Amino acid sequence: MTNTDIDETSELVSFPIQRTCPFAIPPVYTKFREEAPVSQVVLPDGGKAWLVTKYEDVRAVMSNPKLSSDRRKKEFPVVVPGQNAALAKHAPFMIILDGAEHSAARRPVISEFSVRRVAAMKPRIQEIVDHFIDEMLKLPRPVDLNQVFSLPVPSLVVSEILGMPYEGHEYFMELAEVLLRRTTDEQGRIDISVQLRAYMDKLVEEKIANPGDDLLSRQIELQRRNGGIDRPQLASLCLLVLLAGHETTANMINLGVFSMLTRPELLAQIKADPANTPKAVDELLRFYTIPDFGAHRLAMDDVEIGGVLIRKGEAVIASTFAANRDPAVFDDPEELDFSRDSRHHVAFGYGPHQCLGQNLGRVELQVVFDTLLRRLPDLRLAVPAEELNFKSDALVYGLYELPVTW
Amino acid sequence: MRLEKDHDRCIGAGQCVRTDPRIFDQDDDGLVKVLIERPRGADEAAAHKAVFICPAKALSLAED
Ligand code: SF4
Repeated sequence: MTNTDIDETSELVSFPIQRTCPFAIPPVYTKFREEAPVSQVVLPDGGKAWLVTKYEDVRAVMSNPKLSSDRRKKEFPVVVPGQNAALAKHAPFMIILDGAEHSAARRPVISEFSVRRVAAMKPRIQEIVDHFIDEMLKLPRPVDLNQVFSLPVPSLVVSEILGMPYEGHEYFMELAEVLLRRTTDEQGRIDISVQLRAYMDKLVEEKIANPGDDLLSRQIELQRRNGGIDRPQLASLCLLVLLAGHETTANMINLGVFSMLTRPELLAQIKADPANTPKAVDELLRFYTIPDFGAHRLAMDDVEIGGVLIRKGEAVIASTFAANRDPAVFDDPEELDFSRDSRHHVAFGYGPHQCLGQNLGRVELQVVFDTLLRRLPDLRLAVPAEELNFKSDALVYGLYELPVTW
Repeated sequence: MRLEKDHDRCIGAGQCVRTDPRIFDQDDDGLVKVLIERPRGADEAAAHKAVFICPAKALSLAED
């Protein structure tokens, strides 16, 4: 991963770049985007990568078939220590596959998350949201919204989709949280992956014996008909759905509620008319773009991105966060504005790997914001906003706790 | 203008359906179904938007 054009003595910026202000993008991203939108940065292991910060270039990276997502390749950049090694403990997640291998893994699952399918889940999501609000109302105030609501809601939704017993969710949630912590060391990440894998293997075995009306059972049946059950692959699929489906949604619930409780004009817009909520959800997704590490790729060939030649074997990081704050695409991008149409944001990625569960995530957030703010009109922060602890040390941005009262 | 779809590329993200469910739907496999092949007026604008938003470049507008 060396480039002879780069002056080895010059000081390169280290990646990842941490957020300091909960609302603003780190200035370094803006500087890069304005001055050198495809620039080299240094990774934690000393390797180098090209950081891409313009919307147009980020889309170009994420949809270019010459830029591989396959972390099994040994040249693949190590952006999160231990992450590639941890992934190697599982049958490959579809997110690390390229081309035909990737479509073969994704195809059988997409109908589970179609717009129609997700719309049909909405009444059940509403029940789940109402249930956790009922439970919360019985608790002494203040409560940590994250623990009693933001995590349990998506956790139960995704457990039901997979057909996983909800009793397992606490164990799972704890492990997932450590896995996503930036400070977790290499061995820690590998150990947790092994534990999660064992847990999922058991679930797959149980479902083979006792199928139900759920995603996992349907995948088992489909594979059985097509010639044989691939247990490790099913365990990986479940793990991916679970990991992708609960922390991310929980963080967006917390950030959305936090934004509305600190910005009364935003709250007023949501309360005025539920028809405003879908737009607000997309704007929140754009504004926070919670995966802080961007998309990582390895060049399989020479590629030109934004006028810069990226050579075969070099690493590329596409910052969806920087892209979503690109003033060439979003007017006044540093403003959280619920009335804008920001649906072309890249918070769910772009290209063949774009988030499979995005429609589900959107519906969950819509139901949550509408219901929570309607049922608890006096909801407010229980501590000053400055005391909140943001996850600037995690792989996915969010809040560690959100103390609220009403 | 004619709306064309490429099922080999489609990843079933349903972004087209969310742009305009009168013009797009998803089939039983979750892949795009074009309901209005020759969009006009406001439909044409929505079709352009869907082509732009589609993450897999599975949609295109062709001249007749
Ligand atoms: S947005 Fe594109 S990839 Fe997604 S379902 Fe529609 S055509 Fe397919």
